[in-house]
Amino acid sequence: MEKFLLKNIENPNSADVDEYVKVGGYRNLSKALYMQPKDILEEVKKAGLRGRGGAGFPTGMKWSFAMADPKFPKYLLCNADEGEPGTFKDRPILEKNPHLLIEGMTISGYTLGSEYGYIYIRGEYPYAKDVLKKAIQQAYEKNYLGDNILGKGKRFHLGVYQGAGAYICGEETALIESIEGRKGQPRNKPPFPVNVGAWNMPTIVNNVETLSNLPYVLEIGGEAYSKIGSKDCPGPKLYSVSGCVEKPGVYELPMGTSLKDIIYKHAGGIRNGKKLKAVIPGGISTPVLPAANIDCAMDFVAMQKAGSMLGSGAVIVLDESVCMVKVTYRALKFFEHESCGKCVPCREGTEWLRKILHRIENGQGREGDIELLTDVTWIMSGKTFCPLGDGAAGVVTGMLKYFRNEFEEHIKNGKCEFVS
Amino acid sequence: MFNETVLKEINDIRVKYPDRRSALLPSLYIAQREFGWLSHEAMLCVSKALNLPEAEVRGTASFYAMFKNKPVGRHVIQLCTNISCMVLGAEKLVDFIGNKYGVQPGGISQDGRFSLVIMECIGACGTAPAMLVDTDFYDNLSEQRIEEVLGKYK
Repeated sequence: MEKFLLKNIENPNSADVDEYVKVGGYRNLSKALYMQPKDILEEVKKAGLRGRGGAGFPTGMKWSFAMADPKFPKYLLCNADEGEPGTFKDRPILEKNPHLLIEGMTISGYTLGSEYGYIYIRGEYPYAKDVLKKAIQQAYEKNYLGDNILGKGKRFHLGVYQGAGAYICGEETALIESIEGRKGQPRNKPPFPVNVGAWNMPTIVNNVETLSNLPYVLEIGGEAYSKIGSKDCPGPKLYSVSGCVEKPGVYELPMGTSLKDIIYKHAGGIRNGKKLKAVIPGGISTPVLPAANIDCAMDFVAMQKAGSMLGSGAVIVLDESVCMVKVTYRALKFFEHESCGKCVPCREGTEWLRKILHRIENGQGREGDIELLTDVTWIMSGKTFCPLGDGAAGVVTGMLKYFRNEFEEHIKNGKCEFVS
Repeated sequence: MFNETVLKEINDIRVKYPDRRSALLPSLYIAQREFGWLSHEAMLCVSKALNLPEAEVRGTASFYAMFKNKPVGRHVIQLCTNISCMVLGAEKLVDFIGNKYGVQPGGISQDGRFSLVIMECIGACGTAPAMLVDTDFYDNLSEQRIEEVLGKYK
């Protein structure tokens, strides 16, 4: 498949506006300005574009809710708070192809009737923040942003907002709280951000990758776009592959590419000639799949059928030498640290799970600990304010489903067989 | 107190948003740059510059991992040990840094040169293990590479 999202990024100056224009950049913005916003929305709906941040909500539908709201101003927020461990798919766009995102956001702003956009970028990406700021300045100089875009009388202003190290700010309402200068704790829904979002106005929050797809939808048309990859979830997809593989990295492939192909054909298979043990397919909040179950399509629908989730498409590969109890413990340490503290099942549950896992991993597991883990995950599942608690519980449940024997052996033997 | 240049910088940020409170995170970054960490005085400066209650400034600052609530070394090492980094040996690198530079996670080396912070994923899983030193990014870490890199930070 020809690359679009990662096109030209091997060029060392790919982040420069002139280099972007040389390979066809901003011509889809020009095209968009000759179209009516409702017609662009129609193309997005025809394309079947689904949000790439993890939830997979149909983008056209989300946009139509915001467009139907008469309140003004409307805000467009780009979610560049890529904090899910294993996920680094947006990083090449932010660092090497920032004008693609700016073009996508300007097209979206015009379609939605929004004149103000902000890119909320995680604090851990200081270089990407500087690249974006420079690219935005260039876009203003070349009239791709501002009060009279390309002389067509349309207005869109764009800024960068730097987060400060909180995973939960990737959740859209927590992101809004954060950009408003508060603790990044999620809000109750409804009202949804499309009606009452940033500064109480209609707000669209879309992921970097979603917004970067917009120029492509216009370039080839919604119908042609809908024929790429999976029928239910079309388009190109960025998969970030890490862990025990020969060639980790970000791969742009058709949505629905098989997980097995991603690992073996594209990422070069398991490193050092070892055997595959398991895969966390969509970032650490998605349930693990054992090696035997990886022959499945990586899209939102197929992954659910396979018993996990596509999430952000962050494939973490674990080989035979990895201790699954340790992986589970490390994941829960993360969730405990990142729980925002707003709701009890998540705040207390993540800490409780981490403590139990810590003692099992350290050879002090007790009889009944596995049952206790199961109980706590049941208490958390579906009962937390936002998906963070669900994700934490799902990780433990998935690990116990496929690797229960490792937990039992740790408790029985009082040690980890993987420690040399 | 903040000098006129810093107050102007904060004011320039304030006008970019519909509500002055949105300037809080950027202002905390500025305060951290000016004071090295978010001391009581630093928070008070932000509180006055934005006309926000100090308790709210403190409450917000304490929520975010990148705001430092205690003094830090001249250089802050932020090393990731999340799963992708962990399976490629990040924990051994924590031990190496501890032994070689005398700094434990959450602490400062005795000579004040380094602070060490264990990070929850810095989005460099494809080139793990990885770390930030101040705002500079380093990946594909090994003991040898860490020695080479940290040698540049005096």
